[in-house]
Amino acid sequence: MNEMIFEAKDLSRSFAVGSSALRDLANHFLRDRPPTVLRAVDNVSLTLREGETLGVVGESGCGKSTLARMIAGILPASSGERHFRGESYASFLARKRDALKVQMVFQDPLSSLNPRLRVGEIVGEAAVLHGLVPRSKVKDYVVDILSRVGLPADSIGRYPHQFSGGQRQRIGIARALAVKPDMLICDEAVAALDVSVQAQIINLLMDIKRDSGLSMIFISHDLGVIRHLCDRVAVMYLGRVVELAATAELFSSPTHPYTRMLLDGMPKISLQRRKFMPIQGEIPSPLNPPSGCHFHPRCPIATERCSRIRPELREIAPGHVHACLNVEEQ
Amino acid sequence: MTEPFFQVDGLNTWFFTRQGVVKSVRDISFDLRRGEVLGIVGESGSGKSVTGMSIMGQIDDPGRIVSGSIALDGEELTAFTFEEMRRYRGRKIAMVFQNPLMTLNPLMRVRDQMYEAISEHEDISRKEMHDRCIEVLKAVGIPSPEERLDAYPHEMSGGMRQRVVIATALLLGPDMIIADEPTTALDVTIQAQIIYHIRRQIDERGLGMIWISHDLSTLSELADRILVMYAGAMMEIGTTEDIIGSPRHPYTRKLLDSVPSRNTPGERLRQIPGNMPSLLSLAKGCPFASRCERATEVCSEPVPATELSATHRIWCYHPFEG
Repeated sequence: MNEMIFEAKDLSRSFAVGSSALRDLANHFLRDRPPTVLRAVDNVSLTLREGETLGVVGESGCGKSTLARMIAGILPASSGERHFRGESYASFLARKRDALKVQMVFQDPLSSLNPRLRVGEIVGEAAVLHGLVPRSKVKDYVVDILSRVGLPADSIGRYPHQFSGGQRQRIGIARALAVKPDMLICDEAVAALDVSVQAQIINLLMDIKRDSGLSMIFISHDLGVIRHLCDRVAVMYLGRVVELAATAELFSSPTHPYTRMLLDGMPKISLQRRKFMPIQGEIPSPLNPPSGCHFHPRCPIATERCSRIRPELREIAPGHVHACLNVEEQ
Repeated sequence: MTEPFFQVDGLNTWFFTRQGVVKSVRDISFDLRRGEVLGIVGESGSGKSVTGMSIMGQIDDPGRIVSGSIALDGEELTAFTFEEMRRYRGRKIAMVFQNPLMTLNPLMRVRDQMYEAISEHEDISRKEMHDRCIEVLKAVGIPSPEERLDAYPHEMSGGMRQRVVIATALLLGPDMIIADEPTTALDVTIQAQIIYHIRRQIDERGLGMIWISHDLSTLSELADRILVMYAGAMMEIGTTEDIIGSPRHPYTRKLLDSVPSRNTPGERLRQIPGNMPSLLSLAKGCPFASRCERATEVCSEPVPATELSATHRIWCYHPFEG
């Protein structure tokens, strides 16, 4: 098995909601209202091996984007550990940020690309700063990367708004590749794209992975895309990982009730009209998650203890873990 | 099968911009029966939303319906004045958009917004208004509708807001609803719930519905018939069985083939090469020809409709065999 490139141990991130100087002052005097804390990511442990693609799937508010930002090193963790090639993020972030070979591709390329910079600058800037290429040779360097992502050389002098959505996402990918990352984090990178453009970008990511052996963490709400791209999948619900397994196994024999519900709800191209009653209930607010197992109010097999006990992740088959008190085996 | 109550015939909606004429919708014709869901599928720039806006009479300058007819129960909608159309909207045709926050007023309680929608068109007592609101809120699966009536939009989740918008669309008992990507921004489990309730309302109330979406998976589970649009033109129309089960147009096939779930996991997806042509500089032939592997010289000529069956029509010189 390949070596470990990334490891997260009990990673958590909380946000104080609605905190402001005025509120803090009021709290100081009134003392009756502790600040509301949102636990966006709650004790998540993950590993990623060289060349592997790990999918993280979940609905709104499950914490997948917060997790992505922590793994990318652009958001501090509240607690827990992150390791890149066995070394703690703390040491990278303190002294040698560019040795942390992690890059990120975002959902909306228009808001993640500086509209006032030309593509040449957007893609080349970081490579020059990281000392990967001297400023005098940056043009050739950028043209080479642009051709890898399927953009013509003359893109270099144009601005992001002059491109279509799919092309902009290519620019976002080119920018990430420019600093020669070992690990790429894609946060809903194809969610905003049309089906045919989405297919082009997915193929591009697969080509890059095949050619350079890049490790990838692919965050998405789209199970179809996850199934296609990923080797393993983690399913998140309200900040916690509820199931993690190899992709084929997760899709063929999901064990956690939430994963099953997610797979059932996934629209499929079929000639069968959907007749059955879907599972009821809203996704609870992450501000005030249910006690015990967060999923218990919507769960068809919940019992009384599910509202009291927080289920820990446990292995139910080799490489297949889930957090459910009631499902014992597949 | 019942007779269609709604027809669009030869619709052309163009935008006269400084860069030139953008022919967003060209020669679109279809009809709709009561109790039927017609799905319109296409990618960005296919003209699917402009088709919906044209029906609603909401094409603003520099856009204009250049030609064509839109008729509901024999009444010609394109002949209406602005004021006539305003009174018609909501009462006969309602529209639901992707983002409920654009439709809902953030400063008004749900009750006041729904009451306003009724009192614009009808003069009934508050009690009657209240009862009708509760009835439609229940119909779209909103738990404890009484409480929701007093809520503001920001106090509800995205899925709940979209249900309120759909309930409001049902308020005046319209003949048809046009929904433009109504569940695209919602989570899968919530989307499944909303689709379930909408389908039930369509069947129970005998509504006609046009469901505009880029997502063939959702349409395959919900729609009775599907219209495939590309670059402003019709490519193929038929029953869901026709379109999903035996697609004949190369574009429909390619679109279906590029959906990840129709490919072997881990292998390259069967993608469509190239990009959609600019709507500013369309040739008279098939707009898909430049990306189509079956294209020949004849494809640069205007493409007539071919009737494959009573339900299945296609615009292509080189269709696949059935």
